[in-house]
Amino acid sequence: MKLEIRGLTKRFGSFTANDHIDLTIEPGEIHCLLGENGAGKSTLMNMLYGLLEPTEGEVLLDGEPVTFETPGDAMAAGIGMVHQHFMLVPVFTVAENVMLGREQTRGAGLLDRKAAADLVRELSGRYHLAVNPDALVEDLPVGVQQRVEILKALAGGAQVLILDEPTAVLTPQEIDELMGIMRELKEQGTSIIFITHKLREVKAIGDRISVIRRGKVVGTAKPTASEAELAELMVGRSVNLTVDKAHVTSGTTVLEARNITVVDPRGHQVVKDVSFEARAGEVLGIAGVQGNGQTELIKSLLGLVRPDAGEIWLDGKDISKHGPLQSLEDGIGYIPEDRSHDGYVGSFSVRENLVLDLFRNDEFSSGLALKLDAIAANARDRIAEFDIRTESADSPVSSLSGGNQQKVVVAREFSRPLKVLIASQPTRGVDVGSIEFIHKRIIEERDRGTAVIIVSTELDEIFALSDRIAVMYDGRIVGTVSPDIKREDIGLMMAGAHEPVSGGAA
Amino acid sequence: MSEQTTAPKAEKEPEEQAPARARDLTSWLPTLVDSIAAVVLALVVGAVLIVFSTPRVIESLSYVFSYPLDFFEYALVAVWDGYRALFTGSMGSLGAWERTLERAAPLVCAGLGVSLAFRSGLFNIGAQGQMLLGALVAGYIGFSWDLPVGLHALVALAGALVAGGLWGAMAGVLKARTGAHEVITTIMLNYVGRFVMLYFLGKEALQRPDSDNLLSPPPADSARFPELGSLHIGVLLAVLAALAVWWLLERSTLGFEMRAVGANPDASRTAGMSVAKVYVLAMTLAGVLAGLAATMQVLGKGDSLTDQVAGTVGFDAITVALLGRATPLGTVLAGLLFGALSAGGLAMQGAAGVPPELAQVLQALIVLFVAAPALVRGIFRIRGKGEGSGVMATGWGA
Repeated sequence: MKLEIRGLTKRFGSFTANDHIDLTIEPGEIHCLLGENGAGKSTLMNMLYGLLEPTEGEVLLDGEPVTFETPGDAMAAGIGMVHQHFMLVPVFTVAENVMLGREQTRGAGLLDRKAAADLVRELSGRYHLAVNPDALVEDLPVGVQQRVEILKALAGGAQVLILDEPTAVLTPQEIDELMGIMRELKEQGTSIIFITHKLREVKAIGDRISVIRRGKVVGTAKPTASEAELAELMVGRSVNLTVDKAHVTSGTTVLEARNITVVDPRGHQVVKDVSFEARAGEVLGIAGVQGNGQTELIKSLLGLVRPDAGEIWLDGKDISKHGPLQSLEDGIGYIPEDRSHDGYVGSFSVRENLVLDLFRNDEFSSGLALKLDAIAANARDRIAEFDIRTESADSPVSSLSGGNQQKVVVAREFSRPLKVLIASQPTRGVDVGSIEFIHKRIIEERDRGTAVIIVSTELDEIFALSDRIAVMYDGRIVGTVSPDIKREDIGLMMAGAHEPVSGGAA
Repeated sequence: MSEQTTAPKAEKEPEEQAPARARDLTSWLPTLVDSIAAVVLALVVGAVLIVFSTPRVIESLSYVFSYPLDFFEYALVAVWDGYRALFTGSMGSLGAWERTLERAAPLVCAGLGVSLAFRSGLFNIGAQGQMLLGALVAGYIGFSWDLPVGLHALVALAGALVAGGLWGAMAGVLKARTGAHEVITTIMLNYVGRFVMLYFLGKEALQRPDSDNLLSPPPADSARFPELGSLHIGVLLAVLAALAVWWLLERSTLGFEMRAVGANPDASRTAGMSVAKVYVLAMTLAGVLAGLAATMQVLGKGDSLTDQVAGTVGFDAITVALLGRATPLGTVLAGLLFGALSAGGLAMQGAAGVPPELAQVLQALIVLFVAAPALVRGIFRIRGKGEGSGVMATGWGA
């Protein structure tokens, strides 16, 4: 089926999210949609899938104009979508999830579970998607849950499949498997729209690449284009993809975690007996797939979560029992993984957010009274120093782009003397230009002698910044390696395999 | 009908959607336009009520097709008379202004308490109970202790603030320690407060000798608020309280923490703030402000203690705070409006043909329209900002 998009436009008030987008997706093609966060990829796909109504323009299927009022219409026309956040019922089986919304019944309204299971077997056989139809979804690894989503779309008769950032939650091995599935689907005639901001993947799998910037298609490219060319198209200027950093010899141990164990409120051990040390002038990268205990581990370092066992030492002082306030005062800088949740107060102005954990200092308050002038001056300096693009210091942070929101958090944490910097996903949802800037500042902080701990699920980021890499799997550090290890080996470790012989211990 | 019931497509944010999370309390607040629209709408519905409860207008309906002008003339006259009485009764003379201000003062104080808690992320339904405790202590000190003029009022005032503050603090501590939701605990503490009041009113020491009702003696003259002209200084205290709350919220470190915790407790905790401390302090201060409101009734007006001494001020304060968008200035303005409705309502009873309950109906309508901003937006076709507004908007707009 051939999908054509002609002049598709979406405006939200005065903001144009999509501006006359023209795209053609040929049958059996993997068409990559590349763009930074907020470029308008999701808006476009939501229009295609009947979730948003276009302001202008039309969609043609095999030359026929179509309009979709609801996702149901889009599915009926043969368009399927796998969302970034899965829409599965965890306590249902695979077959039950697949038949959800199109339940077949045998007389008297009884569900025909067997037919559903047969359908799943038939589809998974045809497309080589190994899934057990009787398994409960909650018991399946993320990569398999994603296959269930794809099966759901195929069971609905999808001939055009939209995959929205499908690799964000996968291990490198799972990404390879997904790409295999995509090739299989393509060979059987299914068109795929593959949305991503990762250049490597686009080059690996795409037949054609369309780049979206600020709601417009700014260019198409062949997968043979270099990463630098693609990045330039995406950002609109040339970008330095590698981080320049001098090799440094690491100093003394600043922060030491000894046998940390954290039990979550549901009683699961999420961090299991983790020990590591962070040294002055060195970046320790903690790699791992989302949800393997990294979040809880770094929360325990700041004192947001009290470890159930183990000790944390900072500069020869036991800080295991410290709360966040003491930890911050002790010189720990903290960039949380979810900035809108933990990093800033959205309704507060840029000015206020820049002193969110500094307002108690004599510089910004005396007694109960805030020193408004000092706070305003601080905002002026930080906005200039970190090139925060905001209308004014009074604008609420929620009105800024993701990259600039992150710069507010980073600027704040870097505006006091640090002994340790803990940064989790420091560039998630941040545009390429800001990634470059934030990485540079992190390395500068390292060069100043701060011990830096980076937690990231993006291997590119881990490799770009780290001097040593600790890999977490299932709540444990399964190995600490040097950054010249091969990607595949670290991928294996992230998937739970033990430290490979080839990886030099650091 | 069918196309009216289909909900329109939700207008999503143009940015990549943020993951779903609990809505922050401030999303309950009406916008400035919502607040004004709610008041206007209440007046319009009130006008219709006036029209159809005036006998002359009803009679004219029987011949409306022969002499339609009669109906319109009588209707206009009725509405005009009614609202003119409301206006002159609340703002038309010095005496009317005094009545309005004295009624507004407790609403403003208790409303400030609700606003302050609201800005800290707490929905304080407990102003009523906090007021009752404040009134109990102020009243008891007021009639049973013997202190010099001035000092007596000060001590009674301080007692009321402490009692209200402690009552508020209970809900704060429960929330901070156990996570018990403040809406539930403050509602329950309202009941407890009322029964504490009744219990003490049943004691010999609080019984007014010349009465068979559960009624205490009025406060001694030495405990009464001094008067400036014929206004007691409680009105001045309410203004000072509003200024103090404004300074606290906008200019102080504590207010910074309160607003941060109210808007995003997770980010506040990560920035080293103690969310528990903020909850306890905010509820304590809310109780102190409700206690101050109680002194307006007891030490200002000089009411005897009954279980009705707080009237419905503690509950009206919630509407006042919401209508005022939980800001000090807004709360003062909304308090003045409610004070005016209350004072003018009395005057309106004198106006021929106007139902005496109209002022209360107007207040109730404002409550309704403030609580249902989606309805108001639909009627005025104001573009909604919230996701929930869409469904209502088609029902009324299309």
